[in-house]
Amino acid sequence: MLVSPSPHIHADVSTRRIMLDVILALLPAVIISFLFYGWSEILIMAVSVASCVLLEWAITKWLLKAPSTIGDLSAVVTGILLAMNLPSTTPWWIVIIGAVVAIGVAKMTFGGLGQNVFNPAITGRVFLLISFPQQMTDWTAAPGFIHATDAISGSTLLGVYSEGGMDALQAMGYPLDTSLFFDIGGSAGEISVLALLLGFIYLLIRKVVKPWIPLSIFATVIVFSGICYLVDPEVYTGPAFNLLTGGLVLGACFMATDYVTSPMSNWGGVIYGIGIGIIVMLIRYFGSYPEGMSFAILIMNMTVPLLNRWFHQKKYGRA
Amino acid sequence: MNKLTFSIGGVHPHDSKLARECKIETLPLPQTVYVSMSQHLGAPAKPLVNVGDFVKVGQVIAEPGGFISAFVHSPVSGTVKSIAPRKDLAGNFQTHVEIAVEGDVWMEDIDRSKTLVKEITMDKEAILERIKACGVVGLGGATFPTHVKLNPAPGKVAECLIINGTECEPFLTSDYRIMIESPKEIIVGAAIMQKVLGGCRCVVGIEENKPEAIKTMSAAIKELGYPGIEVKVLKKRYPQGGEKQLIDAVMHRQVRSGGLPIDVGAVVQNTGTSLAVYEAVQKNKPLFTNVLTVTGDSIPVGMQHNYLFRIGTPLSFIVEQAGGLPEHAAKIISGGPMMGKAIANLEATTVKGSSSILYLSEEKTIRQSASNCIRCGRCADACPMGLEPFLLYRLTKAADMEGLEQNAVQDCIECGCCLYSCPANIPLLDYIRQSKAQVMGIIRSRNVKK
Repeated sequence: MLVSPSPHIHADVSTRRIMLDVILALLPAVIISFLFYGWSEILIMAVSVASCVLLEWAITKWLLKAPSTIGDLSAVVTGILLAMNLPSTTPWWIVIIGAVVAIGVAKMTFGGLGQNVFNPAITGRVFLLISFPQQMTDWTAAPGFIHATDAISGSTLLGVYSEGGMDALQAMGYPLDTSLFFDIGGSAGEISVLALLLGFIYLLIRKVVKPWIPLSIFATVIVFSGICYLVDPEVYTGPAFNLLTGGLVLGACFMATDYVTSPMSNWGGVIYGIGIGIIVMLIRYFGSYPEGMSFAILIMNMTVPLLNRWFHQKKYGRA
Repeated sequence: MNKLTFSIGGVHPHDSKLARECKIETLPLPQTVYVSMSQHLGAPAKPLVNVGDFVKVGQVIAEPGGFISAFVHSPVSGTVKSIAPRKDLAGNFQTHVEIAVEGDVWMEDIDRSKTLVKEITMDKEAILERIKACGVVGLGGATFPTHVKLNPAPGKVAECLIINGTECEPFLTSDYRIMIESPKEIIVGAAIMQKVLGGCRCVVGIEENKPEAIKTMSAAIKELGYPGIEVKVLKKRYPQGGEKQLIDAVMHRQVRSGGLPIDVGAVVQNTGTSLAVYEAVQKNKPLFTNVLTVTGDSIPVGMQHNYLFRIGTPLSFIVEQAGGLPEHAAKIISGGPMMGKAIANLEATTVKGSSSILYLSEEKTIRQSASNCIRCGRCADACPMGLEPFLLYRLTKAADMEGLEQNAVQDCIECGCCLYSCPANIPLLDYIRQSKAQVMGIIRSRNVKK
């Protein structure tokens, strides 16, 4: 007979099931990126996921000499997110380098899942962006299985704005409507806001994540860009443009909500989201990079221990 | 009706009330009973009988060993065979009085009729004296002596008596069955306690998953016509039956950390206790019987039972009466699956507070090996005290007693919600129990020095 302290039953929840839910939530956007970019995107996804999983397996087996942790599927999530942050033209060896930084450096050196300070996929992506600026901003893509727009240009909308300002954007006719479904160019995770939101709603229904972090990011971006847009619409892009372009939705819904690298409390999450919103807008308006979601999340990752110290649950009978 | 619930945390385990429809059966008498002297919170009782004495059913066999303690009565008639230490269900040695059963001779002053006695004729002091003399203790889990709880310190006024009919632990159905089968007796018991507490209002809290009990109890209140008693329907949520949570749900007040329910004007008593109070005051019957559920996920429906048992009956005797040890039982629990104790020793005996023999299959109860904390925050969301179990776990590992006290480890009610909801299967509560005991020791010794 078994004897153990209470409780004697357990909820039907596991790390593996949570990661599986995240993977399912990312599927719509992944499928759309496959349709849009074709075989090149499928290859990137395959290389990224395979190298993340293999690397984690190899590190646990030969370096840590510990039981393998790939069964929790978190390496698969990192692989998918990394692939979704890369241009569809990225050479396969760059993808592998990204996986080495994401899993090898950002995740396993800290002690594996749950111990890392920085979001692994974003760390990998930022490493690549700084190391291979040319390949990482080449958005020219071979046409995939379906076509939304004829032009697959070498720049994203944010790239156009960063280079040529509002004039350049207006010369293109400010083509906002395209990004709801397919941006004119971008990484896999940037091209379909609708598919990403669909996945995020699934995560909310499954109670895998709470809405506070994404909502506070969206609200901050709307307020920040709204004020700037009202002050001078000739210089600053508006709220809708900033919400729908770049990796904002992917970052807010799937990367900023990473359990490990975001605050534990709801109020901590709100402050964290506001910080991300402000930093991303500062970079977009005033920085030299066209897009700042990755940097914003990494910078706010560093504040998480502090936010966890400042914000706590409301305790019973201690008001 | 507006359904009430507590405001922080909580989980929703499947209620698994498999023995819901099983009527209460009277368990046959065993050949021998072993009556524990530690059936209540507080000091063990002191035996008053000697080996060789003949005792009757309901005769006092032990007196309170301190202010917080209780009388113990013989549950059977027969000869005292021994007074010796014996292992309880957790394997700890406690003094037990062994009685060999001979016939079933009751004390003459116990009213054994089924007639409902509605008139409450005794005054407050006499009622309290009777409750004490009959050895009534809280049957909701803590087994705190009832006469102490019903006699608040001077200056404290009870505003609301809450009768706890939530039975929020999965599987358990004994409270449910007594609410179905003896609703009037429970309401009279509640009215008696109302009188003792100076006529405060009384709320019977029942969870929404027991519509039949809500019906029978409401009907009983209507028929008896006592003023100031009402049923309130609560949402189904664990741990609604926790004293602090129930006060929050019913009165929207929170007991200050380290305080008592009476500080916010609340007195909480279990339905079983209410029935025991009725029997003691109106029938002069001491607490030597209780109802227990035999159930589990690993036994066929026909083998589920609700038994009226005599205290001191060996667990193994009940297991046999209920059809033997089920093939797939991997763990046997006394109490519910969230807070009950795993039974290490079936030769142990039932006590006043026994509420179940619960068989769980290995599949249902096995603990998966723990993996890294993924900082999902589910434990903190689930904690009904608003604590952060992930943090307490880390502080326990670091033996940071100061940090543990600051983060209120001493407020933990050990409900198990944190471990229940942890996707990484970290034994959070095992760690927290350990540090809670240490921190409470530190707080106590500091208070003594003052």
